[in-house]
Amino acid sequence: MSAEAAVDASLAPLWAVLEPLTDPEIPVVSLRELGILRDVRRGADGVAEVVITPTYSGCPAMGQIEDDVRQAVASAGLQARVVTQLAPAWTTDWMTPAAREKLRAYGIAPPHCGATPTGHANVVRFAPPPGSTPAIACPQCGSTRTTETSPFGSTACKALYRCLDCLEPFDYFKPY
Amino acid sequence: MDAAAPVEAATRTAPVDYLLQLADDALVLGQRNAEWCGHGPILEEDLALANHSLDHLGLARLLYQHAARCIEADAGEAARFAHLRGARHGGVLTEDTLAYFRDANEFRNHTLAELPHHGPLAGPARTDRDFATTVVRNFLFSALTVPLWTALQNSADAHLAGIAAKSLKEARYHQRHAGDWLVRLGDGTDESHARTQAALDHLMPFCLEFWVTSPAEQQAADDGTGVALSSLRDAWNTTVDAALAQATLQRPADGGFVPTGKRGVHSEHMGFLLAEMQSLARAHPDAVW
Repeated sequence: MSAEAAVDASLAPLWAVLEPLTDPEIPVVSLRELGILRDVRRGADGVAEVVITPTYSGCPAMGQIEDDVRQAVASAGLQARVVTQLAPAWTTDWMTPAAREKLRAYGIAPPHCGATPTGHANVVRFAPPPGSTPAIACPQCGSTRTTETSPFGSTACKALYRCLDCLEPFDYFKPY
Repeated sequence: MDAAAPVEAATRTAPVDYLLQLADDALVLGQRNAEWCGHGPILEEDLALANHSLDHLGLARLLYQHAARCIEADAGEAARFAHLRGARHGGVLTEDTLAYFRDANEFRNHTLAELPHHGPLAGPARTDRDFATTVVRNFLFSALTVPLWTALQNSADAHLAGIAAKSLKEARYHQRHAGDWLVRLGDGTDESHARTQAALDHLMPFCLEFWVTSPAEQQAADDGTGVALSSLRDAWNTTVDAALAQATLQRPADGGFVPTGKRGVHSEHMGFLLAEMQSLARAHPDAVW
């Protein structure tokens, strides 16, 4: 995705091999679309490097993702090492529009851009006043009459929501 | 673009003891909150506290990995930790060596993090976990970590700054969650108010340790890899006072004994926590993942 990678045609096969890889917990979006696969580049020693970044610090899928990348590279007969890079910190704002649509179709409400909690303002409100937080659309019926059941869901990156119209519970990918 | 050069190589690294202090806080609090796993008052809280612990464990791992690299890169530090034999890979000290093979007096976490989920007990008395204690502790602690990680994003240790930027995002969710519950319990029923106030009266004095600078914190603040504790205190007070007011809770007066966990002198609870956490690794010191 960096300018350097784009002009280095020798890295194109690596990008192609990595493209089908998905998040083990959300198998409909690719690592590139999620922003976990950050770059494919040449190291100073000429060896190709696949740069990945963790989502949440404790994301248990990271080990699996690293193994998947290694295996994909090796089984294609290519050479590359995997580099984990923390900075800049992963954010849900990196998710591509296509990834957001895939999440929605899969039943997970996609994260709002720039909606990460940023300060102390809403810290002590149990139920935020109406209109103070972005309306989360139900991925089933599209209604924005939804309510948060719990800010922590089945994985670190998701919250539990419920639709007040179709009454279905759903996961919301939290802004990060 | 010289992409392959490790970012850390160009910058300073934080003092090892400072990294360990930050890591120990995360590991020990994560271990404590994980005690609710399978025992949460409601399913959502069970998930929430397990999620918290996962964040803390992930943070602790990043910090221990960084500390382990710093130790291995410095002969003096390597000698200081030479007595730790377990979980070494090819003779090299790892994150697991630091987490599972140090004893209580080598841990540098705040005493607040290690306390059980209930108030003081006499002698062999036992009691159930108290959710109010959990909520109050998580709130008081996250009110510190949010400004702490905010400041550490500018650490002269680039790797620590990268960890801080990630951890800040997680700490904000922790603070929001604990703050929500603090208000819900404090401004709730007579029973929930009384238990939350009792938890606050018990835990608030332990927060005095936040403001006593440890040698590692002083060293880190001096060399730009850490932060001066005094610069966090106003933010902490503002957050705490606002939440307590909304929760209709009374802030107890400061004073009394100042805990000494950051110096390695812990409460009687620390050994039991470590025994439970470390026994498996110590039974199999050569095991690898």
